[in-house]
Amino acid sequence: MPDATFLDSTELVLNMGPQHPSTHGVLRVILKLDGEKILGTECVIGYLHRGVEKIAENRTFAQFNPYVDRMDYVAAISNGLGYCLAVEKLLNIEAPPRAQVIRVLLTELNRIASHLLWLGTHALDIGAITPVFYCLREREEALKIFEKYCGARLTTHAFRIGGLLYETYDGFEQDIMAFCDWLLPKVDEYEELLTNNRIWVGRLKNVGVLNAEECKEFGVTGPVLRAAGVKWDLRKAQPYSGYEKYEFEIPTRQNGDTYDRYIVRMEEMRQSVRIMRQAVESIPEGPIMGKVGKVIKPAVGEAYVSIEAPKGELGYYIVSDGSTQPYRVRVRPPSFVNLQALDRMVRGGLVADVVAVIGTLDIVLGEVDR
Amino acid sequence: MADDQKPEGSPTPPSPGGEASKPPQKPAPPPPAAKPAAPKPAAPAGGHAAPPKPPATMAATPWASELAQELKERFADRILETSTYLGQNFIVAKPDSVIPVLEYLKLEADFDYLVDVTAVDWPKRPERFDLVYILYSFARNERVRVKTHIPEGYKPETAVTVHLGANWLEREVFDMFGIEFAGHPDMRRILLPEEWQGYPLRKDYPIIQQDQAWVRENLEIESGQ
Repeated sequence: MPDATFLDSTELVLNMGPQHPSTHGVLRVILKLDGEKILGTECVIGYLHRGVEKIAENRTFAQFNPYVDRMDYVAAISNGLGYCLAVEKLLNIEAPPRAQVIRVLLTELNRIASHLLWLGTHALDIGAITPVFYCLREREEALKIFEKYCGARLTTHAFRIGGLLYETYDGFEQDIMAFCDWLLPKVDEYEELLTNNRIWVGRLKNVGVLNAEECKEFGVTGPVLRAAGVKWDLRKAQPYSGYEKYEFEIPTRQNGDTYDRYIVRMEEMRQSVRIMRQAVESIPEGPIMGKVGKVIKPAVGEAYVSIEAPKGELGYYIVSDGSTQPYRVRVRPPSFVNLQALDRMVRGGLVADVVAVIGTLDIVLGEVDR
Repeated sequence: MADDQKPEGSPTPPSPGGEASKPPQKPAPPPPAAKPAAPKPAAPAGGHAAPPKPPATMAATPWASELAQELKERFADRILETSTYLGQNFIVAKPDSVIPVLEYLKLEADFDYLVDVTAVDWPKRPERFDLVYILYSFARNERVRVKTHIPEGYKPETAVTVHLGANWLEREVFDMFGIEFAGHPDMRRILLPEEWQGYPLRKDYPIIQQDQAWVRENLEIESGQ
């Protein structure tokens, strides 16, 4: 794309962002247009780069834990879970069963919160104003549970290496159950508003198609991959934190377009509710913290651990040199990798489709830029 | 000077060798500006390291599997190591055979998903950087890491020819470590501004360092700290 030429009068270079409401943060997309048709795009990212990986090398393992929440701040709990699991892998320990179930509960609750925010903002981008109010209302209930549990709503720092710091509060189970019962009809309501809505369908169907082959080629994961017909979810493929104990489906669709990704995410919310209901029934008694020393000092070595975050595969590659600080922490962010496919998805489409596709990729710029 | 610990042999050969090797071996590469424990004895068994505290090698065991066998047969001495640590398998290949290995793994062994490309800086080692490719196979539900050790200034071949998704990942490695990939379609910085000087994830780049000139010119402030 950089070889944009103004000499050819039919081509126009349009700058979208970084301060554009539909880019969900500070993403800048340079569009090369022929009329309304997109000839090519270039993403300019890095506006939110904070050097998280560098910071990690200068903190102890435990000190770095809160920083990971600031990457995908919409799903902070997933970030924390991935990091804790990676360090636990290096230490070769596992969190106690009770901690694992509570982790699953909170992570799934966070997945719902993340998907709700996605749905609201995505619908807002497309021009449907109503859903965002409903979605934020429901998300608020999830955030209240986080707040009651650990005192924070967004960047929660809910998990610790080796387990949990906080025991559940009185009424935690009831709150979760009430949330589940309350949410399901709401999801149906959103579907009533949108699924067969003519404008919604018209704006999303056959827009931003990415087939299974292309997904694998680009390393795209998460709902985008599943909407292209690949039944792959790390919670099933390589279960962690006891996900193998819960019954749930991996929703998939075949077309790999924006509409299918919407359907997949809606179904994922229902599946998360299903997991939470099973988990809440099965919280065992016992300790919430494993045997971890005051000083976390993994042996020399390295490990790559990844989880199914709401956006896709979130991985941590940690190298330890045997000291109290990680020698290297590499975060494999789903948003960053998925965003790379944007050009492929919008090429040949219309300008308005870019808005739909950025929305459907569900990127968080804090995670893209780290 | 006056090394009295040279008990044996003729004094001439060891002393120039020993002294000649010492001065260029910059004993503390990271400037002591930052307080953190960056200058940890990180190099795995780098000859006669002064602090003999940590064993400093990964307790990896050989990786015995059909795939490892196949790879060894196919690439012979171009594969230096097939190991496993904590149940995670990795291959160490020679720098110039990484792309053939990736290609082989993709076409013959179904490792069709390049999860990540990253690097690790070991400034005390002659081959300064570890380049790490993390692969996954949907068909096998298995992961493998392909690693290689490269010296500073070496230009590894790009993996974009095998996996399209390597494009941004390699750009980030270039951005953060200054490793340039040969044949990459768009070898520019990705997260930092294009004119930025220095490669932040190198170990000799202290955490509070920044490109002051860039900050002054573009943000019109004295310091971004």
